[in-house]
Amino acid sequence: MRIAVCIKQVPDVEERLEIADDGKWLDENEMKFVINESDQYALEEGLALAEKTGGEVVVLSLGPDRVQDALRKALALGASRAVHLADDAFDGGDAHATARALAAAIGREEFDLVLTGAQSDDAGYGSTGSMVAGMLGWPHAWLVMGFEVEDGGGSAKVTREMESGMNELFRVALPAVIEVQAGLNHPRYASLKGIMQAKRKPIDRPAPADLGLTGEDVGAAGSRLEILDVAFPESGAGAQLIEGDPAVAARTLIEKLRTEARVL
Amino acid sequence: MSKKIWIVLQQREGKLHRMSREAIAAGQQLASALGGTASAVLLSSDGAVAGDVLAYQLDEVLTASDAALADYTPGGYVGALGPAIGAEAPDYVLFPHTYQSVDYVPRLAQETGAALVPEAVSFEVSGEEVIWKRPVLTGKLQARVRVKGGGTVLATIQSGAFPADSAAAGSTQARSLTVGELVVDREILGVEQAGEDEVDLTKADIIVGVGRGVGGPEKLGPVEELARLIGGDIGASRPVIDNGWLPRDRQIGSSGQTVAPKLYLAVGISGAIQHQVGMKGSSCVVAINKDKTAPIFNIAKYGVIGDLHEIVPAINEVLAESQD
Repeated sequence: MRIAVCIKQVPDVEERLEIADDGKWLDENEMKFVINESDQYALEEGLALAEKTGGEVVVLSLGPDRVQDALRKALALGASRAVHLADDAFDGGDAHATARALAAAIGREEFDLVLTGAQSDDAGYGSTGSMVAGMLGWPHAWLVMGFEVEDGGGSAKVTREMESGMNELFRVALPAVIEVQAGLNHPRYASLKGIMQAKRKPIDRPAPADLGLTGEDVGAAGSRLEILDVAFPESGAGAQLIEGDPAVAARTLIEKLRTEARVL
Repeated sequence: MSKKIWIVLQQREGKLHRMSREAIAAGQQLASALGGTASAVLLSSDGAVAGDVLAYQLDEVLTASDAALADYTPGGYVGALGPAIGAEAPDYVLFPHTYQSVDYVPRLAQETGAALVPEAVSFEVSGEEVIWKRPVLTGKLQARVRVKGGGTVLATIQSGAFPADSAAAGSTQARSLTVGELVVDREILGVEQAGEDEVDLTKADIIVGVGRGVGGPEKLGPVEELARLIGGDIGASRPVIDNGWLPRDRQIGSSGQTVAPKLYLAVGISGAIQHQVGMKGSSCVVAINKDKTAPIFNIAKYGVIGDLHEIVPAINEVLAESQD
């Protein structure tokens, strides 16, 4: 099978977050970047399926030059080549604009399946993959916990997560866009050999015009949403904060739980 | 011009999803802030109006019915709602931010050319413009966003943002929408339990919730000791489960169990919105975290800021003293 995997490079949310001076987003200079968590699982799913069916994985990502690190990592894990939508015009897009660029890049080739994570850990729209499917005229499934390709690649049986611990089972025709939830497999580690080979694998960097698009279709110009500012959520109205020496803090807490909140 | 607001309700076997009522509250508030009307939309196979929807203060209840809507599919739902939005041009269409909505609403936006605001937690109206607030960076920050360009705006409303009991009662009438030919894009095979639900945390009085901040399965010892000493059960946030540190039946949050103990100790949990929706009903939340900007502190009654690997053993010592 020929499989496209869309990945996003995102700030490591476990690190300390600093808001940029203009207030619109993080100060990226201070951030560590990683491959978005659910995209790591999508990549593993694609690599395993390509191995099983004797196919290949092409990895796509949109973002500035730093994204090359994420693509090299995907190549080291086993993807055969990469498409990097690195042109400045692609920058600052919402789900609509990013989907338009990805769909155009995917549409230049023949793929049997597109995989991606269900949601990014930064913007968190949870929409981009589904919109890509709509633009390609393919079925999609969001929040997928597992799937099996059937019928010689003609369809897939999908397990999708619902609320309250239930899963929904259904079949979709391929090609389709499958957006996976984190936790459905065990992502592999790169081997030394893989890392060496990755250096020689090609990374294509098409501009909007190469995809039949203009700068107005993509990035901030092609977006319907504009972020005005970001802020830490208002600090808890009622939260009493206890700081300082752990032994003293522990005693204060237990005291309060016993006498003030009366829950112990 | 009076604004037209639709609220697309989610139901299953004639029962309204809890978050549908929260979406009604959000829609009513948006209508009153903008000066407009709010109507509910229900999709079903038979046009039946679930439960008490007609007893809300709504302009109309719009029903779209077709045999192809018996089971939810994105093709069926987008096919039913898309042309209706095109024909009646609502200004805003709100949805509960459920896993079902997030599956098809992006597609509906793409198909109709509508703008989409996913996971709204609040809005402010200034003049004719609506500024939405939504979580970003897994809830560590909140972004204020505006929509560029005209046309219909779709928004999904996150759980807990608009209390269901704030929805105004009244009476209204049903009207059926025209539904064209629907293309079902999924062959539905069934529903199954995600995992064996051996542990029922929903009845626990005290829960010690474990988050990624604990650092690894080998570091769970002191937290388990804390649960034992305080007489509680262990629960966990999703990353802990996905990493295999604890079994899936311990998961609390939107894809796990929803709990409401009298005491919830969140240990190394940052408080992503998906976790909060599963435990914010707890009477007393204690957060132990080294990051004082962690969103969990917003819903905590008490917050201990520091290294949990020092604080948890210290708490255990205090608890052990009183057991001697």
